[in-house]
Parts: sequence; C-alpha cells; structure tokens
Amino acid sequence: MIFLFAFLVSGVVCMIGQLILDYTKLTPGHVTSLFTVLGVVLSFLKIYEKFVSFAGAGATVIISNFGHLLYQAGIEGFHANGILGLFSGLLAKSSVAIVGAVIFSFVLAMMFQPRD
Amino acid sequence: MNKDEYQKLVKQLTPKENRVRNAFVAFLGGGLIGFLGQVIITILMQNFGLSMVEASSWLCLILIAFASISTALGFFDEWVTRVKAGLIIPTTGFAHSITSAALDYKRDGFITGLGANFFKLAGSVILYGIISAFFFSLLGVIIYG
Repeated sequence: MIFLFAFLVSGVVCMIGQLILDYTKLTPGHVTSLFTVLGVVLSFLKIYEKFVSFAGAGATVIISNFGHLLYQAGIEGFHANGILGLFSGLLAKSSVAIVGAVIFSFVLAMMFQPRD
Repeated sequence: MNKDEYQKLVKQLTPKENRVRNAFVAFLGGGLIGFLGQVIITILMQNFGLSMVEASSWLCLILIAFASISTALGFFDEWVTRVKAGLIIPTTGFAHSITSAALDYKRDGFITGLGANFFKLAGSVILYGIISAFFFSLLGVIIYG
C-alpha cells in the first residue's frame, strides 16, 4: 500500500507544480522555493510527518522534504542546546542533500563539458 | 497589417501547450520517482538493515547522483522538456540546477565563474528554506514547548 501512496503523493505534488508553472508566470525557481517553504510550514503544523509515515519516499523525494528536514533539525537543535543549538543544528539533517549536490556537481563539472 | 492584427496572428500561430497533458505527464513522472524511491528504501531497509532515516538519506544521494550524472551527460534537459515538473519538484531538480550552473559557468573561471554562480539557481531554495525554518522553529519552540 505504501508503494501506491508513494506514487500518488509525489505524483500529485509534481502535478500541482506543473499546473502552477503552466497557469502562472512563476519560474521553476519560484516553484521549488515555494514548495520548500511550504514543507517548512507543513512540518510546523505537524502534517508533513504524517505524509512521510503513510507515503514514505513519496514525501521524502520532493523538495518540500528539504524544508521539513530543516525545521525538524532546528527544533531538535533547540531542545539539545537552546538558541545556539538552533543556529548550529539547523542544517544537520539536510547536509546530505547540500553536500551531495555540491560534491557530485563539482566533480562532474570538472570531468564534462557543457552541451549547448 | 496593423499592430492588433499582427498580435492576433502571433497568438493564433503560437503553439498551444497542452496543459492537461503536461499535468498528467508531471503526475506520472513525479509519481514514478516516488514509487521507485520507495522500492529503493524498502530494499535498503530489508537487505542492508538500515533505518528509515538512513535509507532516506541514501535515496537522496542516489537521486542526486542520478540527476547530476544525467545532467553532465546531457540527457536531463531532454527529459525535463518531456516530464517537466515531474523532474523539477523532486530532489533531482535541485541537483540538476547546481550541476548545470557548474557546467555552464566553468569557462568563466573557478572563482568568478563556477564559484560565484554555483548556487545561482539552487540558492533561493537554500536561502528561503533556512530563513523560514529558522523562524518557524523559533515559533514552534514557543508554541509547542
């Protein structure tokens, strides 16, 4: 069942993104930023964790999960170390995505030439 | 032909993108990534004994590697024109934007080219993600304790 929900949740989110792109003048940059902030808000409202528990990867593959991880890490950081923990822990969980993208992109940019 | 007629003609001849078809393709593409992601997570958890969090992190890296490699090889842009938001909204879009910026600006030098433009497209996701997460975390701690 979780496979079906994974398909449906990420599919519907991508479809909403596509509808925004087609019916408004917003660019992919706007939409991804918007969905990230929306992930933070849904995480704050304790809704995002429900998506993750019933749709699994359907909720974790989309960019909103980046916002969800930022918020969760911020809360955990604050509980561990107060206001300093909020500053030091905010990126703890989303480090995988940022460092992964930086390393792969840099190494591949060194190896390949752009195609136009 | 006056200006109004010309505008009318342009409007007529501009190919109309089929929005229903676009939305459906984005649904299928995005759904497929979520489904395959769940398959990978299940395999990682059952065969390698990873926790849900660890498996999700590996999946994130796999998607990023897949997107970066296919961007560097030149396939990704072709796929995006077909699947559209189905590839932009998942983490693949984030990795793609960084890899394509790195490739495009490499010729302008390491510092003023690649370095200055590396986060040109993904920067707003990171920036607004951090800003909103910071203030909502503060709010969350105040409200939920």
